[in-house]
Amino acid sequence: MTIGVPHYLIVSGILLACGLFTVVTRRNAVAILMGIELILNAAILNLVAFSRLVTGAVGGQVFALFGIVLAAAEAVVALAIVLQLYRAFRSVDTTETTELKE
Amino acid sequence: MSLHPFPYLWLIPALPLLGAIINGLFGSRIQRRFGETGIWATAVLLPWISAAIAAWAFVTLARSGPETALYVKLWGWLNVGWLDADVAFTLDRLSGVMCLVVTFVGSLIHVYSIGYMRGDPGYWRFFAYLNLFMFAMLTLVLADNFLLMFVGWEGVGLCSYLLISFWYRDKEKAVAGMKAFVVNRVGDAGFVLGLFLLFWGVAGTWQNPPHVQHPLPDIILGGEGAGATTRAATAGTVVGSEGHSLPAPQRVMMESIVSGIVHGEGAAAAAPLPRTSVKFREVERILRDPARRDAFVSQRWLGLSLVTLACLFLFLGATGKSAQIPLYVWLPDAMAGPTPVSALIHAATMVTAGVYLVARLHFLFALSPLALTVVATVGAATALFAATIGLFQHDIKKVLAYSTVSQLGFMFVAVGVGAFWVGIFHLVTHAFFKACLFLGSGSVILGCHHEQDMRKMGGLWKLMPVTAFTYLLSCLAIAGFPLFSGFFSKDEILWKVFSTGNLVYHSGGFWLYVIAAVAALCTSFYMFRSFFMTFTGKYRGEPHGHDAHASSPSTHDSGLTTHDSPAASHDSPHDSSHSQPAAHSSHLPHESPASMTVVLAILGALAVVGGFLGVPPLLGFLPNWFEHWLEPVFGGSEHFVHWRHYPHAYEWGLMGASVVIAFLGAAVAWWLYYAARSPIPGRLMASGSPLVRRVHRLIYNKYYVDEVYGRVFVDGGVGLSRGLWWIDARIVDGLVNLAGRIGALCGMLQGWIDRVFVDGLVNQVGDGIVAGGRRLRGTQSGRVQTYVYGIVAGCVMFALLTYAVPW
Amino acid sequence: MTTSLAGAVVFYALAALAVAGAAWVAFARNIVHSAFALLATFFGVAGLYAFLSADLVAVIQLLVYVGGILILILFAVMLTSRISEVKVSNRSAGFGLGLLVLLGTIGVMAAVALRVPWGKAPPATPEPMAPGVGDALLGPYVLPFEVVSVLLLAALIGAVTLARGRKRIAASGTPGAAAPDPVPERKTKDEERKTPDGEVQP
Repeated sequence: MTIGVPHYLIVSGILLACGLFTVVTRRNAVAILMGIELILNAAILNLVAFSRLVTGAVGGQVFALFGIVLAAAEAVVALAIVLQLYRAFRSVDTTETTELKE
Repeated sequence: MSLHPFPYLWLIPALPLLGAIINGLFGSRIQRRFGETGIWATAVLLPWISAAIAAWAFVTLARSGPETALYVKLWGWLNVGWLDADVAFTLDRLSGVMCLVVTFVGSLIHVYSIGYMRGDPGYWRFFAYLNLFMFAMLTLVLADNFLLMFVGWEGVGLCSYLLISFWYRDKEKAVAGMKAFVVNRVGDAGFVLGLFLLFWGVAGTWQNPPHVQHPLPDIILGGEGAGATTRAATAGTVVGSEGHSLPAPQRVMMESIVSGIVHGEGAAAAAPLPRTSVKFREVERILRDPARRDAFVSQRWLGLSLVTLACLFLFLGATGKSAQIPLYVWLPDAMAGPTPVSALIHAATMVTAGVYLVARLHFLFALSPLALTVVATVGAATALFAATIGLFQHDIKKVLAYSTVSQLGFMFVAVGVGAFWVGIFHLVTHAFFKACLFLGSGSVILGCHHEQDMRKMGGLWKLMPVTAFTYLLSCLAIAGFPLFSGFFSKDEILWKVFSTGNLVYHSGGFWLYVIAAVAALCTSFYMFRSFFMTFTGKYRGEPHGHDAHASSPSTHDSGLTTHDSPAASHDSPHDSSHSQPAAHSSHLPHESPASMTVVLAILGALAVVGGFLGVPPLLGFLPNWFEHWLEPVFGGSEHFVHWRHYPHAYEWGLMGASVVIAFLGAAVAWWLYYAARSPIPGRLMASGSPLVRRVHRLIYNKYYVDEVYGRVFVDGGVGLSRGLWWIDARIVDGLVNLAGRIGALCGMLQGWIDRVFVDGLVNQVGDGIVAGGRRLRGTQSGRVQTYVYGIVAGCVMFALLTYAVPW
Repeated sequence: MTTSLAGAVVFYALAALAVAGAAWVAFARNIVHSAFALLATFFGVAGLYAFLSADLVAVIQLLVYVGGILILILFAVMLTSRISEVKVSNRSAGFGLGLLVLLGTIGVMAAVALRVPWGKAPPATPEPMAPGVGDALLGPYVLPFEVVSVLLLAALIGAVTLARGRKRIAASGTPGAAAPDPVPERKTKDEERKTPDGEVQP
């Protein structure tokens, strides 16, 4: 039996789908953020799988690391924004925070 | 040419850049916090470190054999198709010399500027620009390819502009900067066109090489047997011919020889020639291959051979940067900048970039006698032209500016007759003595409280002994007094011009020699004129004091100094070595601070001894190091440059003539201007002879070239646009109006149709769009999820189109 | 390249952990549950990295995701929601459409994964990859590496600037009540139902 690229791709596809589902259905900004993390994980899993099973080089892993770092940066900034959102609106429900004004 | 990796090479341009960044970004804060010391500490130290690295690299290069170059590649830059530009630096023997001159003279001038710019509010800005200039100039010199060189080329132009209009509140100075920029732009267009032509032309030669029957690798390995091998051994590159390819065993032997010759990264030399390249050494390799060279040279375009055309365009770029006819007009105006800038940029380094370009591309220029003739002729014409203008200037910096233009002309004459090393030699000695002259003039200007008019100077020998002495040494050097540096380089130029066999017109060498000799005579005269007017006789200026300062109109200029020296300069603690008690009062000119005089002394000493690097074999008391040093670089072009052979007597005779010229010019200047006692100039002027007056007026007004340019290009442009406007207003508008009338008639007809038939349809569509928009407005809800759906739908679409739909 | 039975078991176990975690994140009714389910997913994915013998990435995944991002998310949850109120904390909307997206995505991804003929790398020896990755980071990828570090710095500063809020908050005093800000309340839809604390009244 062979665990090949398609296996990983399907796993990552499911992660991606769950992430997307979370993003489109949740109304809580933090939950949306979790969905985004899932999507990023799916992408990074792809990178690592390709790096190992298709190219055999380390480039994919390097980019996986970059991806993780990007995710961290994104999470930090996004959570800071969420906090500000909460201060301004007293809520993190994205259906309520639809005004561009201060 | 084999390449030796030298990983520290990039530091040479990078360190000044670092200084520029530090002072450019944080300079104003550093100046407020630490004062001027904080500024110049970094700005002066970094160029010195880079000079030390340059010296180290130079020694490394000297130790590693004649056919080597130090090389460092930082990263690939534009590697697209045949374009192979890297950000890489190469230090071969030619760029090594330039690099040493630039870093060393540049660093000295940095030191000089410490004292010169003291008290200027823009102190940090000045040093940031100066460091940036060093970076750009070193990039230009060390560049591995045309494109990187062009970056440096534009960079020095930018810095020149920034520094000329350094005191930008003064409109005249700002305009001078703009003039320099615009004129340089014309030259840069030529540079770019030449580069394109070259790149394209070299690539074209492979398409249909007329004489080539074999595929390329055969050409490389085919050869003339032993002759080719020795040739390859001397030149370090593989020269083949279009002849028969060798039998297999011999080819194997050749291959082993080839791979034995080139080593290190030079092993690439055995690789097939690239189709085209922007790297200097690759182009040189291509053009050394006879088949490729013949194919390239035989290409013609618009009746001129492509190589001539490319050379002429590149030379246009060189005339812009190096202030030659027709693009010299910016350099005299560039004297509006601070004097250290004039010394560094407009005398020692940047303006020599054109000479360096021609020398760098010697393998290209050597292929086109016509282009070389143009270079030499333009150089000689400029040399004489600028020298005659210099005869009657009163502004000390203007004299030096025209002198620079003239000396650059000499350099172009040298490279134009194919004596590339002589041009570079004169470049080096000129960098020493002209920098010293400019800095000396700066010292005088500072000492005389911003006075630049030589008629108001005089007698400064007693008051500023160091300045006067170094100025005298440099005058002797530039005038070509025996054993001073200018003597060796200028005499060599004159001799090479005389004996050239390379010009396309008959006995051109002799006429060019005459022109250059007259220019040399003028040079000697006006330099000593400036010396005598400035340093001998009696002080003719009004005593300047603090009150004179306060009433000076331009110091009211909202805190920004507009004079060519900082206002606060004489508050500086100046030297106590004065013998003249009167000089201690601030009413008389005074000697400059030690940081300036030391630099003057070093440059003066170099101006004296610099010539011993290239003693001609005729004198022969020292070997000609300079020619020997540059021979591996220019050796490849020697076949294409022809010399006539004269007996030694001619050479002795010409040398004697040079000496006589130098003494004659100086003697006339002494006779007329020493102590300003001679009434002759005044009497000549007053004599009222119309010829004298007219000639004087013509030359004094610089042959009205600025006016002619203004008339032709500026007024011409305005007139052309007026004419076009007239055509536009009368003829075109009439036609348009007629067409408009007809159109209106048709329009009325159509309008009726429109209203009745079309509008109905259009209104329908419009209403539909409005209604759709109203509905679509709902999508811009501000809700994140709505947008995510859009993204997902797009992605799904894409994936389906790519993978799922069977095309 | 065949995988041993034990290897396959390990793979499926890890994949199941990751997928189950992800599903739970997507469907949980309580946001705290979602957060902890995310932990399971991260562990599963880290295991998959290890299974791919990408040891360094696996470790970094644990360090950064589990140690950093998840903690941040938990903090955010605590700070912003009344976590005991299930409905407030993790309401969802558009369930049907979301399900469509979910299934559609899985379908498309699976189709692509199964249809495309993926290349094969030469069988790699199971040795630590960290040295190779390290060399690559400081060799050919050094420029992106530096850029990423600058990006991190920018994100750090940006986050601090954002989270600190406006200066007038601090200036207008009441240090005890720093968190609830003096900015006038927005007129949200259910403002009338809220106390100033943001709590929903029955």
